[in-house]
Amino acid sequence: MDKTTIAIAQIDPRLGDVEANLALYERHAREARGAGADLIVFPELSLTGYLLKDMVPNVALRRDAPAMRRLAELSRGTALLAGFVEETPEFRFYNSAAYFQDGELLHVHRKVYLPTYGLFDEGRYFARGDRIRAFDAKIGRVAVLVCEDMWHPSTVYIATLDGALTVLCPSASPIRGISEDVDQDDNARYWESLNRTYAQAFSLTVVYANRVGFEDGVGFWGGSEIVDAAGERLAKAAYYESDVLMHDVGHDVARRQRIIAPMLRDEDVDLTINELSRLRGRVVVGGDGEESGSR
Amino acid sequence: MSRPASVPVGFERPVLPPIPMNAPLLRRILEAFIANEVRKVGLDRVVLGLSGGVDSSLSAMLAAAALGPENVLGIRMPYRQSSAESLDHAEAVARAAGIETLTVDITPQIDAYFEHFPDADKNRRGNKMARERMTVLYDHSARLGALVLGTSNKTELLLGYGTLHGDMASALNPIGDLYKTQVWALSAHVGVPSEVVAKQPSADLWEGQTDEAELGFGYREVDALLYRMVDLRYSTAALVEAGFAETFVQRVTAMVRNSQFKRRLPVIAKVSTRTIDRDFRYARDWGK
Repeated sequence: MDKTTIAIAQIDPRLGDVEANLALYERHAREARGAGADLIVFPELSLTGYLLKDMVPNVALRRDAPAMRRLAELSRGTALLAGFVEETPEFRFYNSAAYFQDGELLHVHRKVYLPTYGLFDEGRYFARGDRIRAFDAKIGRVAVLVCEDMWHPSTVYIATLDGALTVLCPSASPIRGISEDVDQDDNARYWESLNRTYAQAFSLTVVYANRVGFEDGVGFWGGSEIVDAAGERLAKAAYYESDVLMHDVGHDVARRQRIIAPMLRDEDVDLTINELSRLRGRVVVGGDGEESGSR
Repeated sequence: MSRPASVPVGFERPVLPPIPMNAPLLRRILEAFIANEVRKVGLDRVVLGLSGGVDSSLSAMLAAAALGPENVLGIRMPYRQSSAESLDHAEAVARAAGIETLTVDITPQIDAYFEHFPDADKNRRGNKMARERMTVLYDHSARLGALVLGTSNKTELLLGYGTLHGDMASALNPIGDLYKTQVWALSAHVGVPSEVVAKQPSADLWEGQTDEAELGFGYREVDALLYRMVDLRYSTAALVEAGFAETFVQRVTAMVRNSQFKRRLPVIAKVSTRTIDRDFRYARDWGK
């Protein structure tokens, strides 16, 4: 598909109420289908709300859960990326995003980097994902990275080398820090700079779906966006309030970018692997700033 | 801007980061916060104590903008010694915000109580008044189906300069993460009457009381310190190097530490496997 239409549902889910949020999903998915979208992306944990704490096991879904079946059915005509708590048969819980297409569950990404500092406590409640994989969807080859995953450049690097032309990033990014004379909070600015940098550095489309609303006083800044492979912002949702956006995305931009600046072609994976293997064997740098030995 | 002649251009020492004000952004976030957190529990209204001071004035203005003035009730709760100016200022704020007010004189119940304890000092009396006002607010909260809106700022919360279960009690507090200097800046921006923004802050618990005289330092001074200590996590050594007197840093550090109990729930003796707030952890907005 040369041209695809991607929608983002920038919603304010109800904390701990999967049924209410499913209804929100259904409404937005139907509207996106009516508008001709090929894919609709929902924010991180937007099927459950974010600040779950001890609720995590109560709102978790197995891949064969009836709610997952409903989401699969919803994906006929317009694919759907859902943010949910995944429960495994061995009772582990992941902060996951599920890609549904044509009535089937096509791919699940389990968040790898669980922020556990400052206001975040994900490592306390979730198991950590252990892979980053691109996969072939009708909209092309894509990778899903959930929120904090994107703050680690290695994830986008791996996704790119795995052939992704689009990175889908569901997020629950909080309002955090203000500065003078800027219309948004510091976190919003940081994210926008990340999205643009990745799009340019890796010549791929970044679809960033953030949520809005407040949970226990913590606000989420919204500002979802689609940035094309040249780093141009194609579409931008409202800050701090619910919104939807939809835009056409063509892979021709990535193609042109990768002709103009073929960094990806020149990328030396073996060199990277060699250097990382060398670093892997090294003991962590000590408190005195000196390396304390290497293998 | 002047600089010593000996410092070449480009080699000036970095200026300490000032506390960011950004009133338009704060206003947007805080109004959204009030609307969201009130409505999601199925309510439309808030009630708050209007003292005539800048903190409650700011909360009132933000709430009126977020929920509509008809959904905000400001209650003036004077004691016989409260200054008449405070009452006038509260009225001016109510007019500016377009909200309704109610006046409940707390003199009878305060005086009736202290007839039994005539030797009570002014601190006990002041705390009793603050708690009396809290009970009035919660009664009207129940009467109206309205949440009690908080009016404590970050400076006084950090210093413990407030009455536990008194003025520190509320259902939601839009200004609890704003330093006093930010409260001033935002108040001017949202249209709190200028005489209220400009006046000396006072808890008005006894005649002639002012916060800064009682604390022994100015809000701007302590905010500059707290911002670096708390938000930017400067060490004591770094704060002293930045120009704050070591005794001042130590005194404020001790005030923050010694008032930690005011910012926490009561300590619960743990005997079970799941103790409230320790390993029974849920958001307040559970299911909302």
